[in-house]
Amino acid sequence: MTSAAGGEAPVAPVLRAVEVTKVYGGTHALKGVSLDIAPGRVTVLFGENGAGKSTLMKILSAVESPTTGLIELDDRVVRFGSARDAADSGISIIHQELSLCANLSIQDNLFLGRERTRRGILVDAAAQRDLARKVLQRLDGTIDAATPVGELRLGQQQLVEIARALLQNARVLIMDEPTSALSAPEVDVLFKVIRELTAQGVAVVYISHHLEEALEIADDVAVLRDGSMVATARAEDVDLAWVVRTMVGREQDGLFPSRETDAGAVALETVELSVADPANPDRLAVDSISLSVRAGETVGIYGLMGSGRTELLECLAGRIPVAAGKVYLHGSPVTGSVRSRIRAGLALVPEDRQRDGLVQTMSVGQNLSLAALSGFVRRLVVDRGAERSAVASMIGDVTVKTSGPEAPIGSLSGGNQQKVVIGKMLMTGPRVLLLDEPSRGVDVGAKADVFALMARQAERGLAVLFTTSEAEEALHIPDRLLVLVRGRLVADLRAGEVTRDRLMSLADGAESTEKAHDD
Amino acid sequence: MTDTTTDDHAAIEAQRRKAAVQARRLKTLDSIFELRAFIALGVLIVIFSLMSGSFLTTDNMITMTKHVAINAVLALGMLLVILKGGIDLSVGSSVGLSGVIAGELLKGVHIGSFVAYPQVWAVVILCMAMGTLVGLVNGFLVTRMNVAPFIATLGMMYVARGAALLISDGTTFPNLAGDPRTHNTGFGWIGSGRPLGLPVAVWIMIVLAAVVAVVLRSTPYGRWLYATGGNERAAELTGVPVQRVKMTVYMISGACAALSGIIIASELTSAAPQAGESFELNAIAAVVIGGAALTGGRGNVRGTLVGAFVIGFLADGLVIVGVSTFWQTFIKGAVIIVAVILDQSQQRFKKRGVAASAAAVTVEPAGDEPVRVASKA
Repeated sequence: MTSAAGGEAPVAPVLRAVEVTKVYGGTHALKGVSLDIAPGRVTVLFGENGAGKSTLMKILSAVESPTTGLIELDDRVVRFGSARDAADSGISIIHQELSLCANLSIQDNLFLGRERTRRGILVDAAAQRDLARKVLQRLDGTIDAATPVGELRLGQQQLVEIARALLQNARVLIMDEPTSALSAPEVDVLFKVIRELTAQGVAVVYISHHLEEALEIADDVAVLRDGSMVATARAEDVDLAWVVRTMVGREQDGLFPSRETDAGAVALETVELSVADPANPDRLAVDSISLSVRAGETVGIYGLMGSGRTELLECLAGRIPVAAGKVYLHGSPVTGSVRSRIRAGLALVPEDRQRDGLVQTMSVGQNLSLAALSGFVRRLVVDRGAERSAVASMIGDVTVKTSGPEAPIGSLSGGNQQKVVIGKMLMTGPRVLLLDEPSRGVDVGAKADVFALMARQAERGLAVLFTTSEAEEALHIPDRLLVLVRGRLVADLRAGEVTRDRLMSLADGAESTEKAHDD
Repeated sequence: MTDTTTDDHAAIEAQRRKAAVQARRLKTLDSIFELRAFIALGVLIVIFSLMSGSFLTTDNMITMTKHVAINAVLALGMLLVILKGGIDLSVGSSVGLSGVIAGELLKGVHIGSFVAYPQVWAVVILCMAMGTLVGLVNGFLVTRMNVAPFIATLGMMYVARGAALLISDGTTFPNLAGDPRTHNTGFGWIGSGRPLGLPVAVWIMIVLAAVVAVVLRSTPYGRWLYATGGNERAAELTGVPVQRVKMTVYMISGACAALSGIIIASELTSAAPQAGESFELNAIAAVVIGGAALTGGRGNVRGTLVGAFVIGFLADGLVIVGVSTFWQTFIKGAVIIVAVILDQSQQRFKKRGVAASAAAVTVEPAGDEPVRVASKA
């Protein structure tokens, strides 16, 4: 990929992290991480969710300050007061969630907070327009600087973010998951832009979940695992298998439990279920899906962002209404509130545990018992003894690592928080367990625990339905795999019946959507 | 991969030691700040006692506590609303409306040619039902109509006040004593009675505080309330009847306001439609001084009671030592602001304390030194 071959990096690093530690609550997100970033090269950081990639990026760009450890720019220790200070020194970050104002034009966004003015009072719109045009020309000649950002496609918005960094004379450009929402042609444009930037001497730091894609753009590779830097390499010396192995820290097989399927009667069934998109009621997020899950069976739904997987599960749980079709639980139709469905034995572990799963102001124990609280009532008040022992045994069951039930929920790591959310719903004694992306933001060890937990529940006779956007999970965990593309079910596959490539092409919508009807 | 110098190591070790010291200091600060409302109350009592000999007497303490009780009853209802993450601006108007309804009922209700004289207990229940109804409307607007709590209760503040003025035609009911011939006397006992040496209002405050404390600490409803205020979406998906919780807090707050209105009307044995003006702000102040977060999910009965005492003792104490009413208003405002600033600092100490103690610990990285993959070239 680069002409430099062998030996140490030929140039001095522009930016270094030295033994950086970062603590959130009681959790060590980074444990003494050191990293050198060379100018004119793309450094790709690999790591599972929760490995500390984003934290390291935030520290390099001074969005967060390290708890201990140092940041050196051009061999001098720097301490930035804010991300803006860092940007003024040439370190810019482009976050996964773009920080653009959709109501303002591209040029207004580019100069937001750094407006060019005439005599310090009036915005010099003409100067801004000219500069904006020039920088956009450098990236992608087709965008008009006067366009409101809200009208741009996501890939174009990303370019606007890059343009903003360039206007600040960025020497180090940090990109967190830049391609996660881009189409393939947009990724090509982005990669072309990145190559042009590195040719001009800009150092690019890049994180992505799309390993192959990231390896393609990489010059240097660094792998984080559980908050520690476990390996660094030149991209040409390693391959995808090495990256996966190093990230996971063991062979992938150990991650997934194997077990015998012993499916019973149909527990959950939908008949031509349609759900309107809550954000856009004219669109169907879920389009007449018929599926069934048997007791003791683990069914996976493989679908990317926007495939309707979250809407499907939230509708089953009673959070959003049915637009058309029917849902049956053990043969009888299900209607009513989330609460009544939980009572009927249908529980959902939501995708976004911070937003939908946990009450941050409450302790670990209070979060765990929240769903099942009514069951502990004796003479109008909660029987604390019964609650405590149920919480203690659930902490053991779902293997939550915590200093005790009184610990604040924020002191737990992502994986342990996820186990609390699962434990909370298990305490209601469900017969059907829905899990939306249960491995999201969960470190490797906890991920294996979560899958083992799901397998154990299925063995106990629960019907388990979960969604995933990770092909490896989709291929290994469920007994049966459903593929969801733009709200439609395109395939219903037995375990082991499908390859990774086939799955990818199904999910891209390359194969006929009529497949589901052929079965 | 990185050539870490000895200087770097020393600097990092120094950071770690500093974190350990800081963790201890923050913990101490946190525990001191936890008691800030109590400390403020103690300071007030000491200062006023030194300035006036009549402050720290049993009689004065009881009189002041009686004043506190009116605000405390409102504040306990307000606490529930604030725990939910809402606000209730209508309680002051409900105080006035409740007194007016009591006056109207005690005067006799004309049903055709027949005049009914409800007894005092019935008057109390009907007034509280009226307050609950105001709360029901608040709750309906917030839960079903999706009106922001501030706006919904601001509207009901005017509506309830207007209703009080309409019912009374803007005049004060001068006599709530009732008439022995119609068997509806005794309303004044609520304001003047002293069972076991304490005013009825104080007993009401004590019982109400105890009930609310038990509800919050030990019932599912209390836990649901904290959860709804802490994270409504998560609570809903967990199966908490969020809508019911939200509805009921406004109803309870309305009932508490009506109860407070009855106490005032009974003490004065008269009911003015203007009674209770700006009381909602005193109630909010008590809750906030007591350490509750306006964002919901954090607060307790003990803090709210102490907050009500701070506000009440401050107001009465300033009168006793002869500070002008203009300064009283000024000082009350300053106290509220300082209370909230202290609360913010405490929350910060808490967070930073946890982080600092974790930072002080040296953790073992997952592997040893990072592997450096040898170049094939």
